[in-house]
Amino acid sequence: MMATGKRSAVLHIAILVAGLVAPFVFPGHSVQFAVFWIMVLFALTWDAMGGQMGYNSLGNITFFGLGMYMCTIVQIAIVYNVGEYTAANGAIDVHFTSPQYFTGLGLGLVVAAIGSTIVAAILSWVLFGIRGPYFAIGTLGVAVAAAELTAAWNWVGGGQGIAMPVFPGGPGMRERFFYFACFVAAVLCYLFFRWLYSTRFCLAVNAIRDDEDKAEAMGLHTRRYKMVAWAAAAFFLGISGALFGNMTGFVEPLETAYPTLTFGIFMIAMTLLGGKGTLWGPIIGATVFYVMREVTWTYLLGWQYIALGILIIVNVVFFQQGILGWVKARRPEWFGVKIEEKSGAQPSAAAPARKAVNA
Amino acid sequence: MFDNLQILTTAPVFNLQLLLNGISIAAIFALIAYGLGLVWGVTSVKNLSQGDMVMMGGYLAYLLHNHGVHPIVAIVPVAIIMFAFGWIIYRLIIKRVIELDLFTSLLATFGLAIVIQQALNLAFGPDVRTIKSGFGNYSFFDGTVDITQIRLIAIGLCIALAIAMVLFLRFSRMGQAIRATAQDPRAARVLGVDTDTVYALTFSLNAAICGAAGVLIAMVWVIAPFYGTAYSIRAFVIVTASGLGNLPGVIFIALALGVIEQYSGFILGAQFQQATIVLLLLAILIFRQLALVRHRRALQ
Repeated sequence: MMATGKRSAVLHIAILVAGLVAPFVFPGHSVQFAVFWIMVLFALTWDAMGGQMGYNSLGNITFFGLGMYMCTIVQIAIVYNVGEYTAANGAIDVHFTSPQYFTGLGLGLVVAAIGSTIVAAILSWVLFGIRGPYFAIGTLGVAVAAAELTAAWNWVGGGQGIAMPVFPGGPGMRERFFYFACFVAAVLCYLFFRWLYSTRFCLAVNAIRDDEDKAEAMGLHTRRYKMVAWAAAAFFLGISGALFGNMTGFVEPLETAYPTLTFGIFMIAMTLLGGKGTLWGPIIGATVFYVMREVTWTYLLGWQYIALGILIIVNVVFFQQGILGWVKARRPEWFGVKIEEKSGAQPSAAAPARKAVNA
Repeated sequence: MFDNLQILTTAPVFNLQLLLNGISIAAIFALIAYGLGLVWGVTSVKNLSQGDMVMMGGYLAYLLHNHGVHPIVAIVPVAIIMFAFGWIIYRLIIKRVIELDLFTSLLATFGLAIVIQQALNLAFGPDVRTIKSGFGNYSFFDGTVDITQIRLIAIGLCIALAIAMVLFLRFSRMGQAIRATAQDPRAARVLGVDTDTVYALTFSLNAAICGAAGVLIAMVWVIAPFYGTAYSIRAFVIVTASGLGNLPGVIFIALALGVIEQYSGFILGAQFQQATIVLLLLAILIFRQLALVRHRRALQ
């Protein structure tokens, strides 16, 4: 989509190689790189709903938090009593052996992914009847409610949070392990959505975005498509949450698990910045946003979030098409769109009369 | 968890206390929701920064209070400042998103909400604050039930502001123009209404209402930079449940919400107060959806 044939293959291999060698070249920045891949995953999953389907969710972060908590509880529950573990809050001497830890993590990831998907399917039954701004506000409500309820639930540690089991390897191993886990998750997410968008599914969800009533009248089972799109997003978000919780080593409802105002907004900002409704837009957006964030965040001295808010406003008001959309309007031939010059017209006068034909 | 339920049954007067608290907060929220509904109906912009504008009004009053201005008096300058703020925001942002799709306006105002709350956080710190109004309180039933005078004043001011708004919309020339634009902007434009000014005025009026409500909230309840989102959600609950342009509905839902919130906060504990509101929002949305499904089935 981004580039055709050979160039596309070169690009993919370059990204793959860069991803594989990054933690060895810059071992001190493994965590930042891991978070970068999570950001890519965020943007890709948000775009499946917000960009391709036109259902703008403000609460996709719910599944991130759900996955995180599900994985954490499974990891603890296979060895200890969860209630005692969280009540002790690190006071009792806990120790996870290497097999215990990895069984827990593996099982936790599976539970997180499937659990989030199931919750998304149930929620979709509730939320997808509501459209447009009501949907956005409703999903925001879901995220806020999830955070508040988790904070009030003492069995899972309440507002104090849970200290995660300690990784049984050396300190360098831990970062590298989670870096590759996040990398693999992001790549799988990319491949999955790339495949999904190449099927009939893409046309169906785009039809829902353009006019849902007409799509329904044409015989599309719009609800089923909406549910699949959301469940797929929730699947990957659940995995990313599980990995992120283990990476930070501490799970807490408001700041880590359901950060509506940080990660929850980042995923929207990144997608819009890159250009929504495309496969590569979210990835480009995530890259630009994350690099900018990492470089400037510490120099902004408390003004970061104001800058974030202004970025969102400027983005939606003045730069709706995003980076990829902007490039596409300038250089359509890079995207396999052929330009047919109107015969007989002057090149300068022909510019507005250009006719784009999809190759 | 349900220990407090016993208090309610053994000491029934305590119910009165909860009702009174609920009503005084509900009056202010009815005002905020009315402003939200006004902008929603006229410009079709869903203002997610509504709660943050309220907070901004509260903090402006706090600032004036620190310079010796009594908060009741501060309502006037705060409303004027917020009106100007609303006008600037309209010119900079809202004007450009009115014609675009609905989610754009939602996101733009959400960005605005982030900017306002972070700016307040930088300027005043994240602490919860309140303004002492210096009024006494009335006690009933040997001191078991008491209501501060400021709450009564707040209810009175809310009613006065609401009446003023209704009269303005119904009888003034500009009010007629606003209502005409809400009904059909294109037809209004054809008939010579300057819709751009109408939009700007509506948005600025809403900002002024938010400012006044913020001053009252700061006296009656608490203000904190990050409470804005919760306040916005409350306003959305009321507007969504009552429908647009339905003032009796807004008042009724606001009262119900205020009382439910007080009860759930008292019975389940304060940590569930926020969650109750949000779950109510979801319940209302689901209810409306079911109504829609019935409607569609009837059409089929």
